[in-house]
Amino acid sequence: MQLERFNYDNKIVKYFAYATILWGMVGFLVGLLAALQLVFPALNFNMAETSYGRVRPLHTNAAIFAFVGNGIFMGVYYSLQRLCKARMWSDKISWFHFWGWQIIIVAAAVTLLAGFTQGKEYAELEWPIDIAIAVVWVAFGINMMMTILKRRESHLYVAIWFYIATWVTVAMLHIVNSAALPLDFMKSYSAYAGMQDALVQWWYGHNAVAFFLTTPYLGLMYYFLPKAANRPIYSYRLSIIHFWALIFIYIWAGPHHLLYTSLPDWAQSLGVVFSVMLIFPSWGGMINGLFTLRGAWDKVREDPVLKFMVVAVTAYGMATFEGPMLSLKNVNAISHYTDWTVAHVHVGTLGWNGFLTFSVLYWLIPRIFQTKMYSTKLMNVHFWIGTLGILFYVVPLYWAGFTQSIMWKTFTPDGVLQYNFLETVTHILPMYGLRAFGGFLYIVGAGIMVYNIVKTVKGGTLLDNEAAEAAPRASITALDSKYKGSHWHRWIERRPIQLLILSLIVVSIGGLVQILPAFLIKSNIPTIESVQPYTPLELHGRDIYIKDGCYNCHSQMIRPFRDEVARYGEFSKSGEFVYDFPFQWGSKRTGPDLARIGGKYPDSWHYHHMIDPESMAPGSIMPAYPWMTRKEINVDKTPRMIRVMQRLGVPYPEGYDEQAIDDLMEQANDIAERLSRDTGDDVIPTSEIVALIAYLQRLGTDISKEAPRAEAN
Amino acid sequence: MKFINYLETITGISIFPFLSLMIFFLFFTGVLIFAFSMRKEAIEELKNIPLQNDREDGESKVI
Repeated sequence: MQLERFNYDNKIVKYFAYATILWGMVGFLVGLLAALQLVFPALNFNMAETSYGRVRPLHTNAAIFAFVGNGIFMGVYYSLQRLCKARMWSDKISWFHFWGWQIIIVAAAVTLLAGFTQGKEYAELEWPIDIAIAVVWVAFGINMMMTILKRRESHLYVAIWFYIATWVTVAMLHIVNSAALPLDFMKSYSAYAGMQDALVQWWYGHNAVAFFLTTPYLGLMYYFLPKAANRPIYSYRLSIIHFWALIFIYIWAGPHHLLYTSLPDWAQSLGVVFSVMLIFPSWGGMINGLFTLRGAWDKVREDPVLKFMVVAVTAYGMATFEGPMLSLKNVNAISHYTDWTVAHVHVGTLGWNGFLTFSVLYWLIPRIFQTKMYSTKLMNVHFWIGTLGILFYVVPLYWAGFTQSIMWKTFTPDGVLQYNFLETVTHILPMYGLRAFGGFLYIVGAGIMVYNIVKTVKGGTLLDNEAAEAAPRASITALDSKYKGSHWHRWIERRPIQLLILSLIVVSIGGLVQILPAFLIKSNIPTIESVQPYTPLELHGRDIYIKDGCYNCHSQMIRPFRDEVARYGEFSKSGEFVYDFPFQWGSKRTGPDLARIGGKYPDSWHYHHMIDPESMAPGSIMPAYPWMTRKEINVDKTPRMIRVMQRLGVPYPEGYDEQAIDDLMEQANDIAERLSRDTGDDVIPTSEIVALIAYLQRLGTDISKEAPRAEAN
Repeated sequence: MKFINYLETITGISIFPFLSLMIFFLFFTGVLIFAFSMRKEAIEELKNIPLQNDREDGESKVI
């Protein structure tokens, strides 16, 4: 048969590789800053833009979507072309994809620090950026699917299955979870409220882990590990079984982020069962990766690329063993809201994603630059410093998480809580210090890699267009008749579009069974008559709470445990959150829970505490928010806020938008007057601090109020 | 853009977890049959796709 000549596009791979390195370093450094802020609160620099609540989302977004995102694209653009024996379908789309993604990253960095956020973890970016992400993601999908359709290799290697499932599921998750009603350019409110929002968010959040940090990287593992080891994958059958099982089961596991919360019990149980089952397909992947190296461990000793891969796959195995364990309710009761979760996540990101990315870079850069890595020794140094960095990062945090959880739950013989919240924080600060040191080591390792790669690139020449040749693909019908009979399974294995549709169906089932009942059935959210919509001033206060990322350290969800009820008050009910667009339950308690903070302290306490937390709580590591006394809220936006809330279903009376500003000013003057009297300061009624205090003082108080009479509105 | 509740309750919600498990079980059995009915030669062919080298000198560059 006549061979066709074509070129692989290595230039786009080079660009994605550089972007991976650049954003990786940025993401790591911002993470180090956040880690140090917890030990030295002065590093918040008393500015909104550099305070922890904005820095932490920047770190998570940079690590996930910028570092790992570009890592995915680097690996996919390299491997897909070779697996399909075809150049990427459209160079134009490749470059649109590349620059589009980088512009989105820059926009994300700027807007997150400026305080534009939807207030949902890992989905913080505001609606215009969300739309841009969808457009670029679709462009990537078109480029990928067209390359697959125009391929010269008749079979779809399993890595491509992972890429297809990744693309279709991320598209679905992103669109559903980002649904919001815009207030103006760069401000919107989630389309869902309270418990429903929480369910959608963690369906998204958990599957962002599954389909952004896991499935594409498994695809990369299935290509680059055999390449680096120069031997085929251990079991192709296992790869098929674990692929389908993984994508099917993962999508159900989201509710394990919401155990003991106000989520209905049936949804929690579903989440637990599927999370426990998840260990099997996950370990299927790990076993397949590690067993590929059977009989080749001598190579691992010599080749740093394989060393990185072995640690990456092992970290994947450990994280996916730990995940199901953390999903058991009795373990979760200890781990949730503590640093245990943070340690767990970083085994995955630093070990699995980080190390696999490094190994792919080390394997791929010398190949496209037609040379060898500048220094194997430096690769080994990177490997050991990086591994030590991971250990120094996670071990202290496991310790901290355990310690803090036990301290939270300790009662004196008299039956009162032994430690106040602050004591449990100051006690673990040395562990936070060690964690920051671990992060520092990891960055030093990455810095060595940058130096090594720069030297390598300087010593080589990029092969922009790599010449290749292959026979054209036989038509599907010809192949079908050739393999007639026992090869019924090849029907799906050669048809990418059908594979995409089947993947979508498989990942939709879990979401539908869990999410639809939560939306449709009234009994899932028992109504509480006394819970009323927020006042206009409280709405503004809530916007500030979201803008400054308070949810990064404070939960608003009291679980039905003795210690939590003793510390924070009555446990939270789902009916209390029906006007929360978006929900703010949080996932980590670096500070105490705020679900019932309302009325606990006088306004003046909050006032002093926000300006200088240590004045009210010596030893506190909370950032100071001194600008809140000077910065003012935009009162003119209030009527529009009310109208958006009405469209979302909040029962403000007809025409209330007209009256909202008057109500707002009345409440603001009242609080400002009281604050001025108590503090001696001249408090501006429209300052941010007044609105925030109004919101905080409202939190969790409705439940103990008397239900309003029907005519009172 | 209003998400309100349309049903008072779903009768037999307790069957949901069982139903989910059944859907998974059947699907998983299907995948198992799929995987184990593949012929050995086909598997060998698929396995080796990444190792078919586009450039002959490719492997010589392993560090």
